[in-house]
Amino acid sequence: MIDLLQHQFMQNALIAGVMLSIVLAVVSFFVVLRRYAFIGVGIAHSAFGGVAIGSLLGIPPILAAIVFAGIVANAISFVSKQKRIGVDTAIGIFFSLAMAIGVICIGLSDVYNTDLFGYLFGNILAISRWDLAIIAGLGGAILLSVFLFFKELLFIAFDPEVALVSGMPVTFLDHFFLTILAITIVISIKITGIILVSALLVIPGAAATQIFNHYSRIIVASIVIALFSTVGGLVISCYLNIASGATIVVLASIVFFISFAIGKIRKH
Amino acid sequence: MSISADAESALQTDPLVNLQDVWVSYDDRWVLKSIYLTCHAGEILGVVGPNGGGKSTLLKVILGLLTPDKGSVTLFGRKPDKVSRMRVGYLPQISLADRSFPVRVKDVVMMGLYHKMGLFTRFRRAHEEAALSQLDRVGMADHAERQFGVLSGGQQQRVNIARALVADPRLLILDEPSTGVDSVAQDEFYELLARLRDEKGLSVIMVSHDIGVITTHADQVACLNRQIHYHGDPTGYLQPEIRDQFLGRDLKVMVHDAHCISCRMRHMDHD
Repeated sequence: MIDLLQHQFMQNALIAGVMLSIVLAVVSFFVVLRRYAFIGVGIAHSAFGGVAIGSLLGIPPILAAIVFAGIVANAISFVSKQKRIGVDTAIGIFFSLAMAIGVICIGLSDVYNTDLFGYLFGNILAISRWDLAIIAGLGGAILLSVFLFFKELLFIAFDPEVALVSGMPVTFLDHFFLTILAITIVISIKITGIILVSALLVIPGAAATQIFNHYSRIIVASIVIALFSTVGGLVISCYLNIASGATIVVLASIVFFISFAIGKIRKH
Repeated sequence: MSISADAESALQTDPLVNLQDVWVSYDDRWVLKSIYLTCHAGEILGVVGPNGGGKSTLLKVILGLLTPDKGSVTLFGRKPDKVSRMRVGYLPQISLADRSFPVRVKDVVMMGLYHKMGLFTRFRRAHEEAALSQLDRVGMADHAERQFGVLSGGQQQRVNIARALVADPRLLILDEPSTGVDSVAQDEFYELLARLRDEKGLSVIMVSHDIGVITTHADQVACLNRQIHYHGDPTGYLQPEIRDQFLGRDLKVMVHDAHCISCRMRHMDHD
């Protein structure tokens, strides 16, 4: 462990892992509460389109991905509120459209290398100081926003109808949260990649919900579970020389199944 | 932000809710046609009508969440908006959809204070005490620390009432209050409403397709099937010719009073 930490890339990976775990765990609480898991999958895949557009136009891919994923997240929400379009239908359409745009852009640009593989499957060991600065800045802003709007976000998740009648800006808060969700996903792509990032968006909150039944405890447990999975998965993957993103997701899933069993036992 | 003293004194005589010739359409069909409706202070107004008869639309119009195509609507003597809605307590239909939602009973009641607290503020001891005293009023103080989702339908309804009352409303609006609540709990619930009316001068508007409940517990009854077919006291509503004129085919008439007038299905063309 000590010798691993002597490497700069390992230090960066751990710092990024710790910061993102906290952000993902807090956002995960609301994702599970509002049943946004599949929206998360859709947004993550649409980030691929953003990365590809960014590469083609020479814009930093992470910036392009944030803008593109943010637009797609809000478009999914807007379209699914129209008559005759279910939210799953909206996600199905936008997620494949975004991927298709991505594939076309990749074909037009000359980025067809390990970079792309890193975006799809994660490359936590390639996190630079610049990446760390982005994660710290945006991650901090996300945590602050959730802290400030916590009671409002909880109310609209619990009872949107009553929240609306009592004067809450429900539509604004919905779009606000989806934008936060999109940013969280994009800055987390380096850990697990586009394909697996939604796991970390769902599992910590879902596992914590199995054990505890009050929101304050669920959020704390969610953070602990995310930290354990990310740091543990990173260390294990380095010793065994296997893919780190996938190891993190497998470890998180094991924690989920243990939590599920604990929850079942406690109810009896 | 608050309603002025002049307006306050005017409220003593003017109706709290006043709809004059209100028309609403969806997709080129009239859902509400020429609605005149009033509700005064200290009055329980029951709005009864078949499903699809425009009850939910009427509530949205009263709350200012939907602007009518024509006609005028006032709530506390002014156009319904965020400010006038602050004096309204709203009770949604009971839904037992998410039993695992991670909030305690007292957290739910405190949600009723959010709009008065404003953004970015946190809970203080005073907010919790206000919530606990409302739970006491509805007889749910012993359940304050329990998870909301594990309560029965009747208990959840009491907690929702406490949430509505914690912001000290003048008017309660109830959407289908009998859904998911057994008859014993229903009786207790309507006794509670009558007590709140008598003690606090609270007004109540409740919409329901359950005619028995409305005619038994309301001071005034309005029969709504796109139009108001009757607006008056409950006994007048029980006249057979009025019921014949108004009832839709999906409406089951169950009037259980001393005479148990009828339990039967009726038919009527909607337009």
